Amino acid sequence: MDSDLSPQDKKDLDKFIKFFALKTVQVIVQARLGEKICTRSSSSPTGSDWFNLAIKDIPEVTHEAKKALAGQLPGIGRSMCVEISLKTSEGDSMELETWCLEMNEKCDKDIKVSYTVYNRLSLLLKSLLAITRVTPAYKLSRKQGHDYVILYRIYFGEVQLTGLGEGFQTVRVGVVGTPVGTITLSCAYRTNLAFMSTRQFERTAPIMGIIIDHFVERPFGNMGHMHPCNYRAPAEEEGGYTGVEDSQEVCTTSFSTSPPSQPPVLVGAADFCHPSTLNAANPHQMGIPGKEGGVPQQVPVQPCHAAQAEHARASSCLPNDHVPAVPSGSGEDAEASSRSTDGKSVSPRDVMETTFTRKVGAFVNKPGTQVTTASLDLPFAAFAPRAYDIEENDPMVQPPESPATSSPLQGSLHSQGSGESGVPAQDDFVMVDFKPAFSKDDLLPMDLGTFYREFQNPPQLASLTIDVSSQSMAEDLDSLPEKLAVYEKNIDEFDAFVDTLQ
Amino acid sequence: MNCRSEVLEVSVEGRQVDEAMLALVHTILLHRSTGKFHYKKEGTYSIGTVGTQDIDCDFIDFSFVRVSSDELDRVIRKAVGEFKDLCCALQDAMGNGTDGMGQISLEFYQKKKSRWPFSDECIPWEVWSIKVNVVNLANEQERQICREKVGEKLGEKVINIVEVINRHEYLPKMPTQSEVDNVFDTSLKDVQPYLYKITFQITDTLGTSVSTTMRRLIKDTLAL
Repeated sequence: MDSDLSPQDKKDLDKFIKFFALKTVQVIVQARLGEKICTRSSSSPTGSDWFNLAIKDIPEVTHEAKKALAGQLPGIGRSMCVEISLKTSEGDSMELETWCLEMNEKCDKDIKVSYTVYNRLSLLLKSLLAITRVTPAYKLSRKQGHDYVILYRIYFGEVQLTGLGEGFQTVRVGVVGTPVGTITLSCAYRTNLAFMSTRQFERTAPIMGIIIDHFVERPFGNMGHMHPCNYRAPAEEEGGYTGVEDSQEVCTTSFSTSPPSQPPVLVGAADFCHPSTLNAANPHQMGIPGKEGGVPQQVPVQPCHAAQAEHARASSCLPNDHVPAVPSGSGEDAEASSRSTDGKSVSPRDVMETTFTRKVGAFVNKPGTQVTTASLDLPFAAFAPRAYDIEENDPMVQPPESPATSSPLQGSLHSQGSGESGVPAQDDFVMVDFKPAFSKDDLLPMDLGTFYREFQNPPQLASLTIDVSSQSMAEDLDSLPEKLAVYEKNIDEFDAFVDTLQ
Repeated sequence: MNCRSEVLEVSVEGRQVDEAMLALVHTILLHRSTGKFHYKKEGTYSIGTVGTQDIDCDFIDFSFVRVSSDELDRVIRKAVGEFKDLCCALQDAMGNGTDGMGQISLEFYQKKKSRWPFSDECIPWEVWSIKVNVVNLANEQERQICREKVGEKLGEKVINIVEVINRHEYLPKMPTQSEVDNVFDTSLKDVQPYLYKITFQITDTLGTSVSTTMRRLIKDTLAL
């Protein structure tokens, strides 16, 4: 396969593939840092910007990428993968997406390496820049903070997608044919974001949970000062980045192979992450907590090491930081009430979209955990009586082991499989639980929705159920004189009754 | 050579027209722009560097990447602004309840020099038509839903754009120094997109163009 390629072309191609792999990792990780990226165009070629694109190199990311590559190049059967996962302040983690740089055996022998392949790789990087902003993890990463952070892991070898849960979607960024094979860049991303924490009910009170802190002051005071210590000030940022020249020099060294089961990289960011718990291949259903917990306390004041920002933990404090999942500029209550009536029969993907704009606890897409999102739709659920709401229905307290639980609040946003959960039998075709906002009644064991449902079909009045066949109109008319005679006899009683009314 | 034609369709609210169009046009231009060419002796050239910038939309739950070029952004914003003004003018003329439809076309072309007295010929090689359906929404709840839905749709359109671009179909050959202006727009300081032009057309819900609608309105007024 390589025999048709001149030595110079082969050397160039290897170099292109290597730096393409490194730049791919940079683009992906930088897109998950939680910050807006801005690089300047330069009319004068600097000679150090690979693929004619201004993509800065974060040294630690380059280091990790090279460590993963270990001197090899992505090739046939040897894929380079960047796994993006989410880790909550509770220590629970979930794999969000996996970017794969692969090569297959389909060769394009006629293609010019130094020109066409290079330009197409440049185009592919631009496509990667565009697609990294479109996948769901981008919005999550922009809202990362002290509730959760986004982590990355680079590995080399076989692609592992089992951690993405069921129904993950794949988007292909692009392909570039080369004389030695076709390079393919794609992304597989999770769609099922149900995430229940097993630790939630160990907490003191759900009042501190995700439902409540949507509306109250953050329990740990002003989080503004918690603008993370790994946030890079511009001056620091400039100093922290190195040009490609360093990468080029470093690229010539050899690497050791790292095993696929290597835990996510926690370079310099060991504040509340425990490598032993971060087995990304095992995303169990866990609830994402709100902004409670001792996370801020646990975050040590790390030295402002460049590693931390680059490690995709750069969680900048958003202006609306206390509600990171709410789109900026939208009213929370409006959103809450819209959520309560929205998405009644939406697809899981739509539900996913709905939950994105909620707090972190809105990663509820599984049937059994819908009650969390449904509960979220009830504003001031904080003030609902615990005896009824929190303990019986709050999944934080009693996370359902399986989808089939008895809470009537389940299935409000999930249109599939809710029949198998606690939907009342008389409404087994109703996929959506009617949940009017502000309707919780703590005196009666029913809410407005239940009341409405029960009384919308009242029984017929007895007077309207006369059996017509037994009495005809003629008979009615015939019996009238007799009835009138009886009424006249009792006229005094009627008069007395009328007097009492006056 | 056949011109490659791609059609994208989106439904947006009036105030989202700007951002939706900017997102799609900039995504296409990101892929159809290179760094500035610097020709050297012996027919070789070097290429400048293209920077990128993340842009967050205000009225749509969406972010996109554009080329870091304020000049290019100004040109695109001006064109998109004119398109939006026409859309709004039509809606105002027809009444608040009317939905409108417009189409913005981004055409990449090459110039072919002709001999005197003929003018240069513009030969399109790729045309992107973005059909916009402008809807009226009744309340804030619908607007919230629209924010997210349009964001999702734009994401799908970006994926469509990337898919088309990465088919690696016809692209003009890299020109010599004398012909670079026939292929690229060299008027910008920092980046060099392929020669392009933006045109648009507005129609009302019946599919008639604005001029026809205005003519009819005037006739009806005079007839009274």
